[in-house]
Amino acid sequence: MSNKMKLSGLTDILKDLDVESLEGVTIEGDIELDISGGGGLNPAMAYALGHEAAQISLHVANIARMLGYPVDQLFAASMGGLPQAPVAGQSRIQDLIPAKFDVSKMSEWATPIQEVTLGATSADGGSRKSTVTLGGENALPYYFDAEMPHRNYVTMDVFDMPIGMAKSVKGNYEDVINDPAEWAKKVVRDFNADMVTIHLISTDPLINDTPAREAAKVVEDVLQAVDVPIVIGGSGNPQKDPEVLEKAAEVAEGERVLLASASLNLDYERVAKAATDHGHAVLSWTQLEINAQKELNRKLMKQCGVPRDSIVMDPTTAALGYGLDYAYTNMERIRLAGLMGDEELTFPMSSGTTNAWGARESWMKESPLSQDSDWGPREYRGPIWEIVTGLTLSLAGNDMFMMMHPTSVQVLKEITQTLYGSIEADEIDITNWIGAEV
Amino acid sequence: MKINSPLEAYKFLPGTNCGECGETSCMAFASHLIDRSLKATDCTPLVSEEKYKKKYAELEALLAPEIREVVIGVGEKAVSIGGDDVLHRHKLTFFNKTAFAYDVWDTMDEKDLVERVNKIQDFKKFYVGDFLTLDMIAVRSISDDPAKFAAAVKKVMETTDFPMVLCSFNPEVLKAGLEVAAEKRPLLYAANKDNWQDVAALAQEYNVPVTVFAPNDLDMLKSLAKTFSENGIEDVVLDPGTFPTGKGLRTTFQNFLKIRRAGINGDRDIAFPIMAVPLTAWMAHDDDVSASYWETVVASVFTVKYGDIMILHSIEGYAQLPEVHIRDTIYTDPRKPVTVDPGVYEVGSPTADSPLLVTTNFALTYYTVESDLSSNGIDCYLTAIDTDGIGVEAAVAGGQLTAAKIKKGLDDAGFDMKEKLNNNVVVLPGLAARLQGDVEDETGAAVMIGPADSGRLPGWMEQNWPPKK
Repeated sequence: MSNKMKLSGLTDILKDLDVESLEGVTIEGDIELDISGGGGLNPAMAYALGHEAAQISLHVANIARMLGYPVDQLFAASMGGLPQAPVAGQSRIQDLIPAKFDVSKMSEWATPIQEVTLGATSADGGSRKSTVTLGGENALPYYFDAEMPHRNYVTMDVFDMPIGMAKSVKGNYEDVINDPAEWAKKVVRDFNADMVTIHLISTDPLINDTPAREAAKVVEDVLQAVDVPIVIGGSGNPQKDPEVLEKAAEVAEGERVLLASASLNLDYERVAKAATDHGHAVLSWTQLEINAQKELNRKLMKQCGVPRDSIVMDPTTAALGYGLDYAYTNMERIRLAGLMGDEELTFPMSSGTTNAWGARESWMKESPLSQDSDWGPREYRGPIWEIVTGLTLSLAGNDMFMMMHPTSVQVLKEITQTLYGSIEADEIDITNWIGAEV
Repeated sequence: MKINSPLEAYKFLPGTNCGECGETSCMAFASHLIDRSLKATDCTPLVSEEKYKKKYAELEALLAPEIREVVIGVGEKAVSIGGDDVLHRHKLTFFNKTAFAYDVWDTMDEKDLVERVNKIQDFKKFYVGDFLTLDMIAVRSISDDPAKFAAAVKKVMETTDFPMVLCSFNPEVLKAGLEVAAEKRPLLYAANKDNWQDVAALAQEYNVPVTVFAPNDLDMLKSLAKTFSENGIEDVVLDPGTFPTGKGLRTTFQNFLKIRRAGINGDRDIAFPIMAVPLTAWMAHDDDVSASYWETVVASVFTVKYGDIMILHSIEGYAQLPEVHIRDTIYTDPRKPVTVDPGVYEVGSPTADSPLLVTTNFALTYYTVESDLSSNGIDCYLTAIDTDGIGVEAAVAGGQLTAAKIKKGLDDAGFDMKEKLNNNVVVLPGLAARLQGDVEDETGAAVMIGPADSGRLPGWMEQNWPPKK
């Protein structure tokens, strides 16, 4: 059959021809007219409800009427019957309404995030074997609106002196805790770090007050020890950090490191100048406040002349359960504003994900409250705290993670790269997941 | 919600400022309709007077959320899911936090089943003045035997008031479950491309919400949802399939984004709550820790992005703790900083020999410290310094917690140390140790440095209090 016609079309044609009844038409074979439509519903009621099958039976009935069948009597009998209570399997909806799913892409995301490259290979006058490029997004991360040009990267923390760490973190570093260069080697070789962050915390006047010149030697050691891009962090002391970062920037000349950080509570001009003088990038750090972030970025660009391709933002990471609600939305708003064209916010972002280890749930042996349910072993609890903190921010638009625990790094990389689309895995057949023996 | 300003809502109100709703004016009431802290039904004249009937109906239609709200269960433990109006929480906030259903199955020993259900319903974790808890039980039919399934459902009902998800693709099994549990308004899981007519009939007959399941087939998912809702089944939940690994997981993530965006943008046929099933992670991993980890990771992704209800398996604390916290994180209104009023609070019954402790007015910090003190029976004065709602470590780094601020906090609260205390000691948090000298200069008090985490205060008190002369 090449030409299909609906029954309603046939009755319409007959009506158009003013045919009230057909005479002299013979029907061969037996005709069965099942007015109940086979579905159990009163056909008139079903018709009123718009059931397609019932409509067909009515069209058939119309034709049958034209053919002289006693259709009306049959209808009357059916109409007169008591309505049956619907019983499962009987009150069936006959047909699936076809539908096409469609959704538009975001047209207002018109500004790509600035690309920032860290590290310099020999071709660029440095000694790194590889570089890392952050940013470049045209949409929120992993969205279907636009492919992400670069995956997320993890830089692992190394300290220039032994520090207090959660027990499950410390276990991984006891053999290298007195040797930052070995520590750096270990995170790259054994823990798959994309980058290394060397924190010069011993320079804090309240800790060891290590002179800037001496601290810079540690930077040289780390640059020697690994060939990935590095981040250089101070101690967080606003008086001392500019000097420490200046010296560090000097010895790292040519390697295009990320200086951490310029902030509003220290002499950011000195940090910015150290970066521009020696060809480095600068981390623009603010505390959970979008307007402060705009202000600092503006100052770095306009007042200090830092090029756009040399700014990475750190809008502060509060740990899961300890302010991540603000950190998440702060980052998401920053990224959305950037995509929608706010030139002061179109920069890649970095997260101090290690802050998750400040949450008591990540390191405390058990809950201090007797009413709490069992928290489970902290060896497992700690890493997942760092993972979920980072993962959440990756969904808000964060590009680079500063992390500590090897398991956290491994799982975070796996999930972010899965969402990014670069992880192949056997497809799991989930069609009958209910019956799975798990 | 089709409207977003109080002015638009105001047009539908009586405009009499009668005050029956407890607000001073109809405009004030209108602003609460927009932020959803009040409902149209709270306006008595609008609901009861005939002349407002049309306006009331129009207002209700305008205020209805873009994503349909579906209620599962009955009574106090009933769970509402869906009901969202925005794609990004800073625009309004997200409503109806993701419902967590943990599974049991019909081939479990009765004893194990009861034990597991009890563990799920008893779970609690203290957080910011209250407890985080779980919501539901999903009963899976592994046996495919209607009688076994009905028995498991019955046992769950005898053990808990938690709402249930009845899980089977076999309509006979689902029917057996419904015969036991229909009055508890469980969620049916699931109608798929093969069984949908029978499952739809069950949803109609028993008047319960129902999930439609079309793994990675959004046309089919929409088709099922449209067919159901046009036939009067409006309490629909969408499951586009949760593929737990690789490209499948990436596709699942994008499906969630697509469905929610279409729904918020006004495609009524697909504007229903979405279900994720992180439990499928267990089909991809052999050892329990890897499976629990990956399940928690998948659950976190879909808590952040648009999962309204999910079915989970691991009941290990290390998996559940981050799950309940990330959910609380995403469903906290990000537009209001969670703070406590600055001031000096009494914990227990402090005397002149009790310690004076300092913390910040960030609600989380404050409540954590307060509960650590009170639950351990430590009587003391606890000062919440106004740090703009920033925690101790960040506030010290950022200059919101300084010696001057501490002095001001005590002065503003009218707390005279000489008059109130015999000891003239201020206890600073361990993370504020660097303020010690400044605080001594500023307040003239002796400063002691407490532990870095208030969970260690009991031990610290034993060792350090009262201070040695």
